[in-house]
Amino acid sequence: MLITALLLGIFAILGTGLVALTFQNTEERIEQNEREYFLRTLNALVPSSVYDNVLYEDLITVESATLLGSKKPVEIYRARKDGKPVAAILTPIAPDGYSGNIKLLIAIRYEGEIMGVRVVSHLETPGLGDGIDIAKSDWIDSFNGHSLANPDELGWRVEKDGGIFDQFTGATISPRAVVKAVYNSLKYYQQHRDKIFSLSSPSPKDEQNGAE
Amino acid sequence: MAQNEYSAIAQQGLWKNNPALVQILGLCPLLAVTSTVINGLALGLATMLTLVLSNVTVSLIRNFVSPEIRIPVFVLVIASIVTVIELAMHAYFHELYLILGIFIPLIVTNCAIIARAEAFASKNPVFPAFLDGLMMGLGFAAVLVVLGSMREVLGQGTLFANAHLLLGDIALGFEITVIEDYRGFLLAVLPPGAFIGLGILIALKNVIDSRLEKRRQPAPLISTEAKATAA
Repeated sequence: MLITALLLGIFAILGTGLVALTFQNTEERIEQNEREYFLRTLNALVPSSVYDNVLYEDLITVESATLLGSKKPVEIYRARKDGKPVAAILTPIAPDGYSGNIKLLIAIRYEGEIMGVRVVSHLETPGLGDGIDIAKSDWIDSFNGHSLANPDELGWRVEKDGGIFDQFTGATISPRAVVKAVYNSLKYYQQHRDKIFSLSSPSPKDEQNGAE
Repeated sequence: MAQNEYSAIAQQGLWKNNPALVQILGLCPLLAVTSTVINGLALGLATMLTLVLSNVTVSLIRNFVSPEIRIPVFVLVIASIVTVIELAMHAYFHELYLILGIFIPLIVTNCAIIARAEAFASKNPVFPAFLDGLMMGLGFAAVLVVLGSMREVLGQGTLFANAHLLLGDIALGFEITVIEDYRGFLLAVLPPGAFIGLGILIALKNVIDSRLEKRRQPAPLISTEAKATAA
């Protein structure tokens, strides 16, 4: 009986040891992969040639339930060249998608023009609402170059509601949610632009407190 | 062990006792990830690797693990192997890992793996256990690939989309557009399409089996069997 228990214990130690060993050997690479993957997504919006800071480390977290769609802190990444602000990448949520939250990345040039928008994660219906995803259609690029004043407030809607942005056949709710979230982010950016670029990145410890 | 015993193991795994088509095990990943060939292939390979490693390990330790603790030990072995595979995939096939996501760790819960450990590997020497894992894994992977290609062609009109995520940059040009300007067929992409596709595959296998049976059996038996099916 004792031997049986010991044997089970030995297997537990061996199994855990194997997993721990693999974890140690892959940890660094996995972290690097995740950073590179995220940086690739960021660079698709803000090309690496226009900034010279470490983009994914230069971030602040802000809160605005009304404009950024989440009660939780939302990250803003800042691109700078020679210390001067170039662009900000906001990570707001469109809370009114057809099924659940749509997480977005919105890159705004310092002057207030949109450089690009990407959907990071969504649960919209495949074949209908998922056209907001760059993997399915280039609809999301229709925001490029627009700003808060171009078009005017009435234009910041899908065509069905009298605006200038297409909806897709059979899906109005997902594009409508994205258009609204992009518009709100632009508003937030206009109201807080100076603060966005002047706040310093929190140290890891502050970040932890902020997340609670 | 005789040659024909090895071929019997192969036949069991690939066809007669195929984990997906006959034992209907591991349905959760089977139905969830087979939206493209490459997703199916990737999960199929990961499952096959798990089956081979777990069968070999279980066969190696079969003589000194007492019956009372064998199930917890098997679970430990399988869980460790799957976690190692998951970490390795995360490190070396990052984007594929993002697509397959939760279904890699869920290989642990694929009943086919513990079933083979318990029913075969714990009673047989290492080489047959290895062969059984390989063949069962191949059988499972084959179904994933076939179902994945059915759903990919019907659902989005392509084959081998995203092949470079699994096979590296050489595979960048592998994607074949089977149907030009295809608008997509939603049912094939969604989970119900997976159920229907698997149903068709199982039916197809049964049809082939009964044809083979008919050819082999003398005449009187056919009629009784035909009656039984008709009834």
